[in-house]
Amino acid sequence: MRPSILCVFALCITTANSQQQDFDKVEIHVEPVQHKVYMLVGAGGNTTVQIGDEGVLLVDTQFAPLAAKLMAEIRKLSTGPVRYIVNTHMHPDHVGGNAAIAKLAGSDPALPLKIIAQENVLNRLTATVSGQAPFPEQGLPIDEYGTPTKNLHFNGEAIILYHEPNAHTDGDSVVLFRGSDVISTGDIFTPDGYPFLDIEHGGSVQGEILALNHILQLTVPAKTQEGGTYVIPGHGRICDDADVVEFRDMVVIVRDRIRNMIQKNMTLDQVKAAKPTRDYDTEYVTSNSFVTADRFVEAVYKSLSK
Amino acid sequence: MIRFFAAALLLSAPMFAQVDFSGSWSPLYHEDLPDRIPGPELGDYLGLPLNDAARLRADSYDADRISVVPEYQCRPHSADYSMRGLANMRVDVIRDPVTQRAIAFHTRMNFQEMERTIWLDGRAHPSEYAPHTWQGFSTGAWDENMLDIYTTHLKESYLKRNGVPRSDKATFTEHWVRHGNYLTVATVVTDPVFLTEPLVRTQTWVSDPGQVIARDICETVAETPKAADYVPNHLPGTNPFLHEVADWYGLPFDATRGGAETLYPEYRKKMAKPEHPRDRCERYCSCGAEGFVCLSPTAAPPKR
Repeated sequence: MRPSILCVFALCITTANSQQQDFDKVEIHVEPVQHKVYMLVGAGGNTTVQIGDEGVLLVDTQFAPLAAKLMAEIRKLSTGPVRYIVNTHMHPDHVGGNAAIAKLAGSDPALPLKIIAQENVLNRLTATVSGQAPFPEQGLPIDEYGTPTKNLHFNGEAIILYHEPNAHTDGDSVVLFRGSDVISTGDIFTPDGYPFLDIEHGGSVQGEILALNHILQLTVPAKTQEGGTYVIPGHGRICDDADVVEFRDMVVIVRDRIRNMIQKNMTLDQVKAAKPTRDYDTEYVTSNSFVTADRFVEAVYKSLSK
Repeated sequence: MIRFFAAALLLSAPMFAQVDFSGSWSPLYHEDLPDRIPGPELGDYLGLPLNDAARLRADSYDADRISVVPEYQCRPHSADYSMRGLANMRVDVIRDPVTQRAIAFHTRMNFQEMERTIWLDGRAHPSEYAPHTWQGFSTGAWDENMLDIYTTHLKESYLKRNGVPRSDKATFTEHWVRHGNYLTVATVVTDPVFLTEPLVRTQTWVSDPGQVIARDICETVAETPKAADYVPNHLPGTNPFLHEVADWYGLPFDATRGGAETLYPEYRKKMAKPEHPRDRCERYCSCGAEGFVCLSPTAAPPKR
């Protein structure tokens, strides 16, 4: 039993349960992004959908109770087989719908559905957690990868998965649709809220900054530093290079401030009391925020103190 | 025959008292010239209804960012700032090819080739999940001879070029009024993240039919070696430049910190005395007055 894992899972399940009663009210919003890629917004993380002659590829599946609604909207975009699910990381609001989607998608031995993630995601999802039901086997990402990148070619374009070590978690993938010129980032990038640095599952502030810089290397803005490569965040609206820059700068500046305070031997409580994020809180914290200012500060502090 | 001419006259008359803004325009800088031409002083937030978050964000701003971080080099002004920035403007009318009704105004400015469309055809604004842009999404409606414009979907940018921020949750309205060869634009920015009340600013343009707006092509270049995780910024309490504007102009420091109360004349009665009063003006003293423009704080201003 690993209490730390239990805590995070319990937290996520609590979140899921609190939304359970509202899942019936959730509507799936479909936002075209560019070329073959769409963003589906419901509850939990954003779902990326790529469609074409060969079928459907999904990045993340939100919560299980939303699977039928997600599939209904996907079927409006394409009647082709669902061939791939890519999970950007292991949190339930991104992998929760895997098994239900797999069931709804049906199975054709000639066109099997593959669920892909970085191998640490599979390790986390198959770990035994006391008091916790095992993750549904049909939803496990058993087509895991352990290399820095994994390449696919689907619907006429190259799709590249990049492992971003120790960023939001230790199993983050960024997905580049090279032909459509779209990137799906998972929760490394959440423009409406502070990043959740899941220290217990291998996340770190330095890894987060490196991952954001890598996303910026992959994005090529068009004229006037906007558009070009579009970015689907883990949560929030469609973004581009300039939006990632603002977010990266925020993380770097907060990191600089807290590092300076640690160098002055300030305790975590003293750092929290100094409110090093107070000029960002009005932008990144709302009454519904999962990552409060204190939680973000604490994660950065712990990450830098390791 | 008379009936035919009368019908033709009616059909060609503008609907809803529409005004034609098309043509080439030059900005006049008699309003807020030191802010707009040489650029705002560091730490000058006077007259801005800022909250504490905006103030600290601006205090932390280090202008090295726009040269050291390549992604900032080719950014244009955002639509709310561009109407007071240093750039000329051309306005074109976009007409429905069948009805010949104006369905949009399209503006182009020379700085970074900023282009913007103001839709007049009643279309809805995009969803909350759509991308944001520097120019945002603008729709216009006529109020007699005044064009009222509402803009959403803005990228995060600045209210002043000294680091005073404006968030991507901000919206703004504009009121365009033409007086012969002059165009008056009033801009009202609402920002729930950084402003405690709307920020109202006005700008005037003059018709300039002879101007040509050329290309302004920008490509980013990494000019200064830097670590990948370095973003220039001042740690809280360490910005050494914040007192400059108060000391130079002989103002109370608290007044330069801005806030809604510094917008109103009553503030003069309660504001403190300057720490370093000056007996005469030595900087940008004639800017904007009597036809002078100033590019250097100390040089004699050339006649415009």
